[in-house]
Amino acid sequence: MTPIVEFRGVSYRINGHHILRNLSFSLAAGETLVLLGRSGSGKTTALKMVNGLLFPTEGEVCVEGMPTTSWDPIRLKRRIGYVIQEAGLFPHFTVADNVGLVPKLEGWPPSRVRARTGELLEQVTLPPSEFSLRYPRELSSGQRQRVGVARALAADPALLLFDEPFGALDPVTRLELQNQFLALREQWGKTAMFVTHDVREAMRLGSRIGLLHHGALEALAPPEEFRRQHGDEAQAFLACLDLK
Amino acid sequence: MSQRGAQVMSSGLPGEIVQLTMEHLWLVLLSITIAVGIALPMGVLLTRKRPLQGWVLGFANVVQTIPSLALFGFLIPLPLIGGIGQHTAIMALILYALLPVLRNTFTGILGIDPAVRESALAMGMTDGQLLRLVELPLAARTILAGVRVATVTTIGTATIAAAIGAGGLGVFIFRGLASVDSTLLLAGAIPAAAMALLADGGLGWIEKKFSPV
Repeated sequence: MTPIVEFRGVSYRINGHHILRNLSFSLAAGETLVLLGRSGSGKTTALKMVNGLLFPTEGEVCVEGMPTTSWDPIRLKRRIGYVIQEAGLFPHFTVADNVGLVPKLEGWPPSRVRARTGELLEQVTLPPSEFSLRYPRELSSGQRQRVGVARALAADPALLLFDEPFGALDPVTRLELQNQFLALREQWGKTAMFVTHDVREAMRLGSRIGLLHHGALEALAPPEEFRRQHGDEAQAFLACLDLK
Repeated sequence: MSQRGAQVMSSGLPGEIVQLTMEHLWLVLLSITIAVGIALPMGVLLTRKRPLQGWVLGFANVVQTIPSLALFGFLIPLPLIGGIGQHTAIMALILYALLPVLRNTFTGILGIDPAVRESALAMGMTDGQLLRLVELPLAARTILAGVRVATVTTIGTATIAAAIGAGGLGVFIFRGLASVDSTLLLAGAIPAAAMALLADGGLGWIEKKFSPV
């Protein structure tokens, strides 16, 4: 079966700096790959390669078997849900308009957009009757992030990208949202790529963990196996697990 | 100006005030409309073509520093756009009004939270959709503030347009200056000030309709 995402010898260089070095890995359907790394390790850059916000300077990234450079850039982005830190919601749109945006751009009839929006808000535990007409500034940061997740899911994408979505949340809310993420994944079986610098989050959410260090992939293993990694960078992250 | 002046003389002060106020208003509305029509798209273009920024904003800045009487003087000898009369004055007023609208369009759009723009792009918006659905609505308040500044200053500058025969409330002011008649000066200055205050208040009111996001 064709992997949903495949990195083939991907490097990214800007102004002589190597941001990514020769990354090769693939993502099978239904899997959650967590890219773990320090700030500046290149994990966000790698994520942006998948939906064509950036393109490799060497190698290629294939989505559903086709290089991102061959995709129509708009089609590619609309097939992939994207969630970022602080959600990046449109401040002048209501919650419902934020969630329904991609379906609307895709030309769905308004009644179908409304139904879909309501269904998604229910699923991220924001009752539409209460939240549909609110503006992002009237929500807590946890609620905003939920809206961000609902928005990414709206047009039923096969693949979801998460760029440190829970990084700015308090620990309690973060745990709630992580649990919700796991529940939604259970329910839908979506494929996801998830970027974080939090090793505990990586262990909880990942079916595999890819450790990035200075733009190179240092380790790629399921959580249980990742625990037994010996590399310095892996050890540095694993040390954070024992701090409890 | 002589023909218009003669017309004005014949109709008593209150009638003249109304007529010259309307002339003034016309000068301002026409100049602002054209200036916004040029500066808004150009401001948007500058956010797309960053290398042009320095040149265009620099040009608009330089124009702004030219004293208005001198600018009118420079324009008079130019072919097509020059000469004595309203069209030269309108040209000068447009040049003055460009910068505030241009700069506010540009900074308004660039001031939008990068996360918002990034998520718009990541959701597969085309450039046109990004502009129409996200950038212009979010920058509207800043752009309107630029239009407001441009309008208020244009109302003031337009009084000088009478010097090159464009009419407007400046006619009273120049005539008052020439004859050392403070009644005539006030007949020009008060309606111009009132117009500026009304424009400021009205545009400010519209500006507040757009939520500060």
